[in-house]
Amino acid sequence: MPCFVIGASCPAVFHFSQRFTTVVPESCMLILLGLVLGGVVLIANKKQLYQLEPSLFFLFLLPTIVGDAGYFMPARLFFDNLGAILTYAVVGTLWNAFCTGFSLYAAKLLGFIDEHVQAEMLDFLLFGALISAVDPVAVLAVFEEVHVNETLFIIVFGESLVNDAVTVVLYKVYISFVEVGAENVQTADYFKGVASFLIVSIGGTMVGLIFAVILGFITRFTKKVRIIEPLLVFLMVYLAYLTAELFSLSAILSMTFCGIGANKYVEANISQKSRTTVKYTMKTLASIAETIIFIFLGISAVDKSKWAWDTGLVSCTLVFILIFRAVGVVGQTWVLNRFRLVPLEKIDQVVMSYGGLRGAVAFALVVLLDGEQVKAKDYFVATTIVVVFFTVMFQGLTIKPLVKWLKVPRATNRKPTINEEIHERAFDHILTAVEDIAGLQGYHHWRDKWEQFDKNYLSKLLLRKSVYRKSELWEAYQKINIRDAISVIDQGGNVLTSARLSLPSMASRASFPEVTNVTNYLRENGSGVCLDLQVIDNIPGAKVEEDMETHHVLAGNLYKPRRRYQSHYSRHFMPLGEQERQDREVFQRNMRSRMETFKSTRYKRHKKERSLKKVRRISHRNNRRDSLSLCSDPVVVPVETEDKAEHSDPEKDEDVGITFIARKAETPKQRPKSGCQIPLLPPPPPAPPSPPPAPSSPTSEDSHLPWKGSLGSPPPCVSLEATKIIPVDLQQAWNQSISSLESISSPPAPAEPIHPRVSALSRLGGPRPASYTPPGSAAGSTFSIGPQVSQGSFLFPDKKKEEEEEEEDVEGEWLRRCSRSCLP
Amino acid sequence: MGSIVSRLLSRLLREEEIEDIEEIKKETGFSHRKITRLYRRFTSLDKGGNGTLSRDDFHRIPELAINPLGDIITNGFFPEGEDQVNFRGFVRTLAHFRPIDQDNEKNKNPSATEPLNSRTNKLLFAFRLYDLDRDGKISRDELLQVLRMIVGVNLICSTKTPKGGI
Repeated sequence: MPCFVIGASCPAVFHFSQRFTTVVPESCMLILLGLVLGGVVLIANKKQLYQLEPSLFFLFLLPTIVGDAGYFMPARLFFDNLGAILTYAVVGTLWNAFCTGFSLYAAKLLGFIDEHVQAEMLDFLLFGALISAVDPVAVLAVFEEVHVNETLFIIVFGESLVNDAVTVVLYKVYISFVEVGAENVQTADYFKGVASFLIVSIGGTMVGLIFAVILGFITRFTKKVRIIEPLLVFLMVYLAYLTAELFSLSAILSMTFCGIGANKYVEANISQKSRTTVKYTMKTLASIAETIIFIFLGISAVDKSKWAWDTGLVSCTLVFILIFRAVGVVGQTWVLNRFRLVPLEKIDQVVMSYGGLRGAVAFALVVLLDGEQVKAKDYFVATTIVVVFFTVMFQGLTIKPLVKWLKVPRATNRKPTINEEIHERAFDHILTAVEDIAGLQGYHHWRDKWEQFDKNYLSKLLLRKSVYRKSELWEAYQKINIRDAISVIDQGGNVLTSARLSLPSMASRASFPEVTNVTNYLRENGSGVCLDLQVIDNIPGAKVEEDMETHHVLAGNLYKPRRRYQSHYSRHFMPLGEQERQDREVFQRNMRSRMETFKSTRYKRHKKERSLKKVRRISHRNNRRDSLSLCSDPVVVPVETEDKAEHSDPEKDEDVGITFIARKAETPKQRPKSGCQIPLLPPPPPAPPSPPPAPSSPTSEDSHLPWKGSLGSPPPCVSLEATKIIPVDLQQAWNQSISSLESISSPPAPAEPIHPRVSALSRLGGPRPASYTPPGSAAGSTFSIGPQVSQGSFLFPDKKKEEEEEEEDVEGEWLRRCSRSCLP
Repeated sequence: MGSIVSRLLSRLLREEEIEDIEEIKKETGFSHRKITRLYRRFTSLDKGGNGTLSRDDFHRIPELAINPLGDIITNGFFPEGEDQVNFRGFVRTLAHFRPIDQDNEKNKNPSATEPLNSRTNKLLFAFRLYDLDRDGKISRDELLQVLRMIVGVNLICSTKTPKGGI
């Protein structure tokens, strides 16, 4: 079909001119294009050949988009704001529907609407129902251009998805009423309507979740047939949609929840290639579908035979939906803000009410109306077309300038000094940190419960055994790499001098996308900083030149605080691994500095209590093992700290490379708890207990270890890169290194119980060996924090191997401490 | 239903646990509800259950681990030399971040002590954050250190100062 060709090539063509696309949202362009095309076809054939068929729409186009949206929905964000989403979706849509319907009827009675429009109260209510639903397609299309903060986006987008249930119910109820006739409607029918709403929504959700479970379960076993994994994913998600549709339940809800539910397990189970395939295919299909929808909207508009114009109806409808949307949003926000942790600001409300776009769903629904039953169908069609066009084009075009204008109202135009910029950024970080301390994101009791349940039952059922176990192996491997990187940095920083050479090139790289990124994110943060390059360019002078370079350098290299992340769902721009890189770096740094302070405090303590109680060491270790087996007793830590006094190590402040020591975990008692075995590396052979450690001995032992053999040669960026996505084929290398380790070490120490951290790791939902891939990052920064922390939290006790005993103690304590850092 | 009742009960009980809630309210300017919520957060952070937070408890917050200035802000919570912070200190530090009361600025009573979230006190708090060794002055090194923290690994903060450079 030529439409596909057009549909696929349109986005490419539009994005040639970046300037253009920043002003005009793609959806507008597509509709205009559709209009043109429709006009062409009409002129050519004198009648309309192409039309947006509702069946085509509901069976093929809409599921693609909704499936894509649901599968890549940031689940945590979604559930965080679920209350708001539900309120807006249910209450808001109902309010809009009824008010619009009633007011239109009143307008008819008052004579604003022409007599031609033969519609009664029920007809108007029906029309109100279908015109008042916010459309997911349009919302996605427009909000992708407007970079609002993620909470706002998820609320509007979630609302657009969830209100499908309301719309479906209202639509069906009113259709049945209309068929029966207004006179025959009894009160019982109203209650049936309410009941059917509950059934439709909850039923749809259940269907989706059932399919999610099935999908997760199936992908558990597809190891041998990897090639069909993407197909399975698509099929099951689509099946969820169709099944719900079959039972007259809410199909959109079903598909959305299927996607949300399955995402986690499927992403963990399927291979990397499948993951990529799924992602790209879904995005491509969704993109095409969206394009086709908009083009068809344009084409259908031109077909005069299908609609009839009535000015009164059109204008009244437009006015009413705008007013009632605004009023509804304001009212609900006022109520919601009393319960929300982070209140929704005025500007959020403006964006929400202005961003309540109607789209193709409304159009398809209105075309589906039966012309016999609803006599005013043609008028309704025309009105719907106008409304959809108006919202998508006018509101879509103006929402961006509106947001900009509202957000940066009083930005000074003088460029900030470097000093200001740095401190602004520092304060942003501090504010983010305080938000986290104060728990602004909320400590969710239910989320904890859910994660427990997930870990104990769902993950076992739905995740592949190897994935379940691999997660810990994985984290150990990555941690080793990180430790390696850190040790190299510690020892030289020679990589930095090489980076110095790249500085000038970095500064002069004023490439276009970078500029837009910088200005974009600055624009949205609403601070007074206005790094507008045009402003800077206008001021001549060499000093300014230098400053500009520094600005560029800073902008490129300053860490971005969490709020500035554009972590939202985006179809056209896949987010890069920037955030993960930053997170990793910061995390390493923090852990290193904490290690430093930890070491220094312990050293001080040793100085004081060096002479004490060596004898108790052994008994302490036994005690500690038992107490460790409790696995969750935080009181252990302060007790342990005091007992660490017996160490006689004089060398603690020497910053030699960080050594990794771990224990083989074998306690059968612990096994049911964590459900898997963690083949941690066995402890090093006992060293001669002479206090001054020979610096050569670590290296001689270390050289046996594969990763330590080439110490100092690879720059850290190499291993940092390597810690990214490591394909399954490296599994073999990993096994090899494990076996080599096992061969050189002594037989494993007597059973050291599995650290609580390990069980916490699996709890943190770490079964994402490739959690650095974009789905993780698309899921939002907060979402990906969990797996990242768990990966990094295998800490690197930097003790030398000779002081084995005290090393074990210190390391154990440090590991335990950080294990508790995993338990939220 | 039972869970709701028990939750309410526990909430009531916790309010009694917060001693001097009136004093805290006056000192910090937080509302009753906010103080209760902060107390809940405090107890959830306080794994040891002994009514104070140690540095470990702060380190336990995963988001702080990937915040470049996480350790600095953690230090800001602990008063000079101490290792534990009780609820009062916790709330007091957080009170610095309240938005400035507009009317306070206008009716400046020079004799009364300024509230914790006045401009001056905010600046004082920020100063203390930068002043890593708590000597009352921000040295060049301290400033450099903070800068180093918020900059990526690809940049060096060279200590030479060419004209206009960092």
